Amino acid sequence: MATLKDILRQIGAVKKTKQITRAMNMVAASKLRGAQSKMESFEPYASKFVEVLGNLASGIEKDIHPLLIKKENVSRIELLHFSGDRGLCGSFNTNLIARAEKWIKERQANGLQCSMTTVGKKGRDYFKKRDINMVESHVNLYGNVDISFINTMTSSFIARYMADEVDEVYMMYSRFISMARQEPTLVKLIPIEPPTAGDGEGKSAAADYLYEPGPAELLIELLPKNISVQILNAFLQNETSEHAARMAAMDNASKNCSELIESLTLAYNKARQAAITAELMDIVGGAEALKKA
Amino acid sequence: MEKLHLEVVTPANIMVSQDVDIVVAPGSIGEFGVLKSHARFLSGIVPGELRYTADNKTEYLSVTSGFAEISDDRVSILVDAAEKAEEIDIDRAKRAMERASERLAKDRGAADIDFLRAEVALKRAMMRIKVAQKVK
Repeated sequence: MATLKDILRQIGAVKKTKQITRAMNMVAASKLRGAQSKMESFEPYASKFVEVLGNLASGIEKDIHPLLIKKENVSRIELLHFSGDRGLCGSFNTNLIARAEKWIKERQANGLQCSMTTVGKKGRDYFKKRDINMVESHVNLYGNVDISFINTMTSSFIARYMADEVDEVYMMYSRFISMARQEPTLVKLIPIEPPTAGDGEGKSAAADYLYEPGPAELLIELLPKNISVQILNAFLQNETSEHAARMAAMDNASKNCSELIESLTLAYNKARQAAITAELMDIVGGAEALKKA
Repeated sequence: MEKLHLEVVTPANIMVSQDVDIVVAPGSIGEFGVLKSHARFLSGIVPGELRYTADNKTEYLSVTSGFAEISDDRVSILVDAAEKAEEIDIDRAKRAMERASERLAKDRGAADIDFLRAEVALKRAMMRIKVAQKVK
């Protein structure tokens, strides 16, 4: 049986753990606010971009640019995979990695060659040891992504697509739905499937624009940008999701610590009471014995 | 003068959102100006100087590449980055320019990515200096 001292030591340890998880919870909360506001300020840019691209693409033949044309024989695909740089965020990284691995296994079973570009330490560490060709891996990027870095990523994808090194590019990241829900999401990056302008009204509006240079040239200019916009969106969403997941995980951990402390304190008090009772019995027993003598 | 609404949007923020009299922007095939009741118009934007006038005061912005959409007296300019002239750090821009031109001088002819990047950096730095000097 655990002695009083043992229990006391355990309580101390759990309390320290709780302090750490509480602190991590608060750090995640403040980082989450930052990431979320970044995500929100990107929103107007992204939605305007998609709107314009949709308008533009609706009036144009699909075969003006290789980025828009589906290749007939798809044998090599690439996955741009996002994961966190750090752990202790519940099932966030595990979910992303498991989804990606399952997806790749399915593709490989169909005879496709898969390669990967990873963002985030956790994904890199996991897939490094697997039988997958890792093209590039980026770590420690979250929090200070800038558009010029993303543009270089985009142009490397496009260059490899044009050089026939890869036939399709996909991207997997964790979409931020709410504080309690983040979902691994798969998006096709290349070839581009342009967003379609929703209703007939949008199409007639597209018709009476003046274009400078012509609509086709403009679309070609905007296509690589479209990829960058999507990648940047993935970055921001993934970052926000990670902080939200960590916050929830650390909140849970702190709660568990409190419960543990409570039950340990109960055990401690019981043991203390038992010790006192035993001592009293001893004294009373001793006194009785003396009286008789 | 009748106003139109200008919005300069970057991935990081909305730089400008206000009613202005005139906007002059660096389009793909040349600078263009926009007044009220402009036709619906879509143009690429190349790195350069964007200026607008509101209440007889002209503001200058240095912008990178992107595009502009004009419809119903709203001008939306979407660019990778934009900077107001008075916020540009001239010393930093000058240092960046020196660095870029050094790099260009060193390995001229090597047509690799670094070379292209240095060229772009040089252009950007020169543009920022030019725009910044407008307000001095």
